[in-house]
Amino acid sequence: MSYNFKETMSKPERLAPGHRMCAGCGGTIAVRNVLRGLHEGDKAVIGNATGCLEVSTFTYPYTAWEDSYIHNAFENAGATLSGVEGAYRALKKKGKLDETYKFITFGGDGGTYDIGLQSLSGAMERNQDMVYVCYDNGAYMNTGIQRSSATPMYADTTTTPVGSESNGKPQNRKDLAAIIAAHDVPYVAQTTFIKNFKDLHVKAEKAIYTPGAAFLNIMAPCPRGWRYNTPDIMEICRLGVETCYWPLFEVVEGKWILNYEPKKKLPIEDFLIKQGRFKHLFKKGNEYLLEEFQKEVDRRWDELMFRCSR
Amino acid sequence: MAKRDRLSGNEAVAIALRQINPDVFPAFPITPSTEIPQYFASFVANGQVDTEFIPVESEHSSMSAAIGASSAGARSLTATSSCGLAYMWEELYIAASNRLPLALALVNRALSGPININCDHSDSMGARDAGWIQMYAENNQEAYDNMVQAYRISEHKDVRLPIMICQDGFITSHAVENIELLEDEEVKNFVGEYAPENYLLNPECPMAVGPYSITDYYMEAKRNQAEGMKHAVQVVKDVAKEFAALSGREYGLFEEYRLDDAETAVVMIGSVAGTTKDAIDKLRDQGEKVGLLKIRLYRPFPAEEIAKALSHVKAVAIMDRAEGYSNQGGPLGADVMAALYRARSQALAVNYVYGLGGRDVRVEDMEGVFATLKQIAADGDAGEMYRYLGVRE
Repeated sequence: MSYNFKETMSKPERLAPGHRMCAGCGGTIAVRNVLRGLHEGDKAVIGNATGCLEVSTFTYPYTAWEDSYIHNAFENAGATLSGVEGAYRALKKKGKLDETYKFITFGGDGGTYDIGLQSLSGAMERNQDMVYVCYDNGAYMNTGIQRSSATPMYADTTTTPVGSESNGKPQNRKDLAAIIAAHDVPYVAQTTFIKNFKDLHVKAEKAIYTPGAAFLNIMAPCPRGWRYNTPDIMEICRLGVETCYWPLFEVVEGKWILNYEPKKKLPIEDFLIKQGRFKHLFKKGNEYLLEEFQKEVDRRWDELMFRCSR
Repeated sequence: MAKRDRLSGNEAVAIALRQINPDVFPAFPITPSTEIPQYFASFVANGQVDTEFIPVESEHSSMSAAIGASSAGARSLTATSSCGLAYMWEELYIAASNRLPLALALVNRALSGPININCDHSDSMGARDAGWIQMYAENNQEAYDNMVQAYRISEHKDVRLPIMICQDGFITSHAVENIELLEDEEVKNFVGEYAPENYLLNPECPMAVGPYSITDYYMEAKRNQAEGMKHAVQVVKDVAKEFAALSGREYGLFEEYRLDDAETAVVMIGSVAGTTKDAIDKLRDQGEKVGLLKIRLYRPFPAEEIAKALSHVKAVAIMDRAEGYSNQGGPLGADVMAALYRARSQALAVNYVYGLGGRDVRVEDMEGVFATLKQIAADGDAGEMYRYLGVRE
């Protein structure tokens, strides 16, 4: 699959404008660019866990989705699309359908890392022919910025508020991409919005056209939850990658592949300082929290390098 | 030509499903319904059906996948019991509000706790307001016959609602009885091809399912569901009539057993109706005018028809195999008493809670209920209207 930027960008939009997501929302950027991975002429059924994306793109009687779309509930996007894919196989087998369909489901980190993990795990383990895309903004943003297991350590959320006895979320993030990779699925990748989006476009196409289950984890910043200047989203994503906070990698048939190694790893402060949710880390006396954060980023990066070296 | 056989209730339902040959069957095991997907998996393994069988990781996912499949345009179903049904609660409402004609083979079992694998109706009674059609069986034959009729009812264009085909855990699901099966071709022709109008995998017209619908539309959606339920009553009767022509076995909304001239009567659901019929035959031999009204269709609830059938009865015992914790009795009691009140019935009514967690009910127990009813009719006073049968106090 060779990549042609102009061709990819000139594909018709499959998420129509006019939906009600916030200006600058990372979620819709993720969706529009994942859907560019679909070949023209191929049809798709899009699944969606409950969350901002669902309530803002399919508010009865309007839908922003050009393709068939199903929202069921919060915790079952994996199972729901399994059923849709099962129906596709059944109708094909019975000679009732000629067209080619692809199956892509979107969930936020709340619906994916937390409440939907069982349903996702089941769909991945059964190797359903579908792509599960997590747009990871690191908290339950739809209900008002509550912590999830994807929330980074020390983030100020409404259920891990910073206070005299609290430095924000006490725990580290769950490493979901590694958990899904451990399901032995044919394709797992992590990406975000970088440069001209080639990394995301290529991974989306691979995920969609790899037979069997695929998982994409996309860092999709939320301007409200992260409290940064909305137009800075691309800079935030770049810093996430350059600090090694959000590495770009793939796991293809069990083989870990690092897609990008910063020439000079930037200090984590560069990523954190732009976000209001980490403001307290930069108060005098809290230097040790930044050190702890850096230590965790380094530990995970080393772990990833080790996986990719095998 | 009908085929005679000896089958458990689970096997009978599994055979009905083989004959129907649905498109998608996601399933998760739970006692006592496990055998249904188990038998079915062997039909898949031996090429007797071309269904996509999806062995999911939970009941929440089996119902979620069934909803996905049904939305996609496939005839789909699942099977479960007890906690499995409780775990899919959220999804039951979604299936109904999406107007998906999927089926659920429910084998009734007590809800935990304490954990108990035996029969009562607490599982499906808890789901009575979920927007599903509910049909119950007394024995294996009825479970099979109801399953064969299920999709004709749920897929009817005036109904389009999910349907729960219920039978009593172990009592019918595992007990082997004589049964008459229809020929495969007869079932296939009776059920027909599924032809949904709107569905996800329609290449001509994409579709969006499961909208966010707030105050300006939610109520109309619910009202429309209620309209489907209203139509279901006539459809159940019409389908039963067609089924009778095919099988020779007649069904209605409920069964009346020696009720015509009865002075006292019992209203109940499920397998204990068989025990009650034995008690009635015995008492009739002694000259007692006793009868039974056995509910087949519980949702929608045929209230007017039930009140009419009981209009001549002096005293009635409504038997609930589930607690309602209203301090008034169980759900069937509440429904039947409301029906009697609306019909301005003069019948004295009491509500028994019985058979919880598989507690056995014997012929003598039901004779005792009729003796109590006789006394109530003689006294002209129902006394305590909320009673327990067969419990150690």
